[in-house]
Amino acid sequence: MKGTLKYLRPYGGIAAWGVTIKFIGSIAELFLPLLLDYIIDEIVPLKDIVPVLWAGLLMLAFSLIAMFGNIWANRLSVSAAAKMTHDLRYDLFKKISYLKSEQVDEVTVPSLVSRLTSDSYYVNQMVARTLRLGVRAPILLVGGIIMTFIVDAYLASVLLGCVPFVIAAVAVITKKSIPYYAKKQANSDDMVRAMQENISGVRIVKALSKGGYETEKFRGISDRLGDTDLAAKRIMSLTNPLATLILNLGLVVVIIVGALMSDGAGSVLAVLTYFTMILNGMLGLSKIFVVLSQGIASAERIERVLKMDTAQPAEELAEGCGEYAVQFKDVCFSYNGVENNLTDINFALPHGGTLGIIGATGSGKSTIVNLMMRFYDADSGDVYIDGRNVRSMPPEEVRKYFGAAFQNDFLMAGSVRENIDYGRALPEDSILGAAKSAQAEEFVAKLHGGLDYDLAQKAANLSGGQKQRLTVARALAGQPRILILDDASSALDYETDAALRRELADKYPQTTKVIVAQRVSSVRGADMILVLDDGRQIGLGTHEELLRTCPEYAQIYRAQMGEDV
Amino acid sequence: MKEPRMHLSDHRDLGKRKADTGYVLINLIRYLKPWMAVFVLLFIANIASVVLSLTGPKLSGDAIDMIKSDGSTDMDAVYYCCALLAGIYALSGVLSYLSTVGMAYVAKKVACRMREDTFNKLISLPVSYFDSRQAGDIISVLSYDIDTVGESLANDVVLVINSVVMIAGSFIMMLTISPLLVVVFVVTIPISVLLTRFIAKRVQPLFRRRSAKLGELNGFVEEMIAGQKTTKAYGCEEAMIQKFEAKNTQAVEAYARAEYISTMTGPTNNFMNNLAMTLISVLGALMYMYSFGGITRVGQIASFVLYSRKFSGPINEIANVFGEFQSAIAAAERVFRVLEEQPEAPDPEGAIAPENIRGDVAFEHVSFGYIKGREVLHDLSIEAHKGNVVAIVGKTGAGKTTVINLLMRFYDPDSGRIMLDGRDIAGYTRAGLRGCFTMVLQDTWLFAGTVYENIAYGKENATREEVERVCRAAKIHSFIARLPNGYDTYLSDNAVNISKGQKQLLTIARAMLLDSPMLILDEATSNVDTRTEHIIQQAMTKLMEGRTCFVIAHRLSTIRNADKILVMDGGDVAEQGTHEELLAKKGMYYKLYRSQFESY
Repeated sequence: MKGTLKYLRPYGGIAAWGVTIKFIGSIAELFLPLLLDYIIDEIVPLKDIVPVLWAGLLMLAFSLIAMFGNIWANRLSVSAAAKMTHDLRYDLFKKISYLKSEQVDEVTVPSLVSRLTSDSYYVNQMVARTLRLGVRAPILLVGGIIMTFIVDAYLASVLLGCVPFVIAAVAVITKKSIPYYAKKQANSDDMVRAMQENISGVRIVKALSKGGYETEKFRGISDRLGDTDLAAKRIMSLTNPLATLILNLGLVVVIIVGALMSDGAGSVLAVLTYFTMILNGMLGLSKIFVVLSQGIASAERIERVLKMDTAQPAEELAEGCGEYAVQFKDVCFSYNGVENNLTDINFALPHGGTLGIIGATGSGKSTIVNLMMRFYDADSGDVYIDGRNVRSMPPEEVRKYFGAAFQNDFLMAGSVRENIDYGRALPEDSILGAAKSAQAEEFVAKLHGGLDYDLAQKAANLSGGQKQRLTVARALAGQPRILILDDASSALDYETDAALRRELADKYPQTTKVIVAQRVSSVRGADMILVLDDGRQIGLGTHEELLRTCPEYAQIYRAQMGEDV
Repeated sequence: MKEPRMHLSDHRDLGKRKADTGYVLINLIRYLKPWMAVFVLLFIANIASVVLSLTGPKLSGDAIDMIKSDGSTDMDAVYYCCALLAGIYALSGVLSYLSTVGMAYVAKKVACRMREDTFNKLISLPVSYFDSRQAGDIISVLSYDIDTVGESLANDVVLVINSVVMIAGSFIMMLTISPLLVVVFVVTIPISVLLTRFIAKRVQPLFRRRSAKLGELNGFVEEMIAGQKTTKAYGCEEAMIQKFEAKNTQAVEAYARAEYISTMTGPTNNFMNNLAMTLISVLGALMYMYSFGGITRVGQIASFVLYSRKFSGPINEIANVFGEFQSAIAAAERVFRVLEEQPEAPDPEGAIAPENIRGDVAFEHVSFGYIKGREVLHDLSIEAHKGNVVAIVGKTGAGKTTVINLLMRFYDPDSGRIMLDGRDIAGYTRAGLRGCFTMVLQDTWLFAGTVYENIAYGKENATREEVERVCRAAKIHSFIARLPNGYDTYLSDNAVNISKGQKQLLTIARAMLLDSPMLILDEATSNVDTRTEHIIQQAMTKLMEGRTCFVIAHRLSTIRNADKILVMDGGDVAEQGTHEELLAKKGMYYKLYRSQFESY
């Protein structure tokens, strides 16, 4: 929480000023019922018009002060909250951009997203509301109580006596209803899921003529949702009538006590008015507690990320052999520190060579790429790029060697051009050339606006193959020294895939290529194929060599190409 | 993600046109009709409750008047008054609770009916409806929109009735005290209403902008964090931070501008109430002093002030509810628009249920386009005989899935016809026709339910033995046996760790359970490891035995063994024949085939 409050400090002046004004405004409001009491009990019996008018003017003045003070103060608090939210979000986004991969794994992507979106929103709400209500509510509450005591101590005690009852009633009702709301939420999730299933499976449902069955199933879910909702409402609806009843009964007691004490009518009226104020104060405070508890939890979630250390220092390490673009020496690595994801990986890829990596899902193919680009550091053994140990280079420098298209790589909402350029301000020629080599030229030309065609979020308006071609274009556009295609052509048909490989060989002969694939046809032309099984290297060599030496590879090949090849 | 709901709804309202209120109300009344009697009853209870609570201030004023500062108060009269008050308040509370819960009950019934009707409608809609819409939009009609309507019925209706009666009642009570003093409101209420409307009008577009900007920011964040690795790979963190900064600033500014105006509402309303109170006390005092306007006792001023608060409170309330009503009407309109959609055309008269189908299929000069004027298939003719395997190959977008959409009658051809055993498939009942096919698609579809339920989905009353038999055949039995509860293991979003390949095998098992003469297969290739792929391939081969098969083929082995290969290109069948025939042709297929063996 402290770390978040720090962000308010630059705007402390605005906030403090706002609070002061709010204070004045709220105090002004407090005096109104007192004046009312004064008019009715003291001035009216005098039967003199002048003091009545004066008192009226005074009431008007206080009302105006209250209004303008509150408006002004609200604006100041909005502005302080807005500025501080802006700064907090900026720092958080920046920090997330530089998080190490294992830190992203630890917090997880959805959680990071919700910290930057909903959590920052809750913090904003907390600050804005606390500044706005945090002053007014306690002043109304405490001031109201003091004022009632000034008007009449006995009546005040009666009222205060009601308060615990109201609080208890609300607390009990709320507590009882919480499980119902949780259940309602679960039922509502069920319903959404049922609907999702029916939409995604609409063809199956229709093919099997299961419409009636699905309707019956849905009716059950819908009824359950309605029932829990009603149960929750039955309890929650008690709050209002019950609280009103307790308060009204309190008022009745006030009148009786007033009568017994022989108070003036004005006092009773003033006490009743203050009572409404005290209630508003309490209501305001309870609202603040809700936003505070939500906001503090969110602030802590944000701070946990802000506190993370993203530094990946470069160490002084001996150089390796300069004739290899990529070299792995006895590399072992584990994501969770328990079981190895890679064990004893050894290979050396000369400059301009092509490495194919093949193996089952989860065999460690992408992990090799992750280590090459220093997204993670090996637990033991060494990774060399261009003869330099990756750990002796800052990560940004390592990544300058690469152009990479990852598995299920991401495209952002924005034009095709922006997606290929990706913030690097590349010349138009490079973008066009890369699109052409990546076999994207033809379909891009058909898009409305060509390179300026806007992609939807997650590029939902492109097919899988089109997306892959754009990520390949992006990888090529920077003329990288090492090109990585991590399962980047799986959605392409064989013909396009082959055309892409031909283009890479023709146009990028100098580029070292690392191609991760499931299809043998994608890697069979490589200078060197690495066969992985459960993180172990079970074969390394050319296609022909592996057919002879690596039975697993031969089996994969036969399975994919047909038995009689 | 736990995004505050407000944004979702506001965001969606952006593109909304003005709701057709009349149309919505007519439809809504249909839903409310069965509950009219209850409605009237609740209405009366509500009015009674409000009227009862309104007599409170009057009695309070009377009691206050009995209080004499000189100690000569008639305590018995005060007690009587107070007992009456307590009774009235209690009764009013009970009535108010009953009417709220009653309304909630009606709202629940209406919402459930609406949800079921909407779902029924959706289930009967043609596939094209779902193909042309985002799933999220459809779901939000069913969940968010109907919720909004239900909540509005449950809360707002009671509130409005309450408020109206309260306003009318307190107005009458004030009139009985002093008609002249009521004139105060002739000044304050119009000002108050105008101010509120003025603020609301200015604030609405600002709020929309605010939600839109926040939505943009959140969308950007979602993308960028998911793509963090890519951003790092290209070392362009700074460029992305700059982009974020622009969106962040816009979002914050839009927020501040909206809040600047909207936070004026509270203080101005308070002011108008305070102004009314000031005027009433001053005028009331004057009236009492000079004995005019009906104020003869101090207690009357007190009652008047209390009524005035009951009077002005609900007016503000109604203004708020009005906004909610509007969004409820807009939500209801979206629901009714769905209910109006055209369901799949009914089977024509004389349509027969197919019986003893052999499985001879022929496309005769079929043309089709999803959108008018953009033909996807042109004059397509195909012939397949019982037991044939027809492999459809071609690039993405060549029209392969369209062939299947037409076969299953998810869509109907624009011209030409499709024959099954010599009869136009339009002449069969839809359900019957679809029952002749077994379908295994690329996106493996499993629902939240047990493994057994998922496999037996297509064949109700399938015995456990039958299910186990097909699972053995599909080579997925041993995997299922190892699950915590075997065939009774509940499959939900993330509970069970089940790979893509295993999902595929489960759907193959489901298909094997159906004894239909024809098979439609959309082979998946990517993202399944090679060992599983091998198993899948074996399972599929077994599935294909003895059936007429249409396969969107990716595997070379399937293609080579097919009786007929259709090479599709741009909506036409560019070539058809067997593997050997097509290779000998050295045309498109030859190129496609060779591309796999090129060594680049």
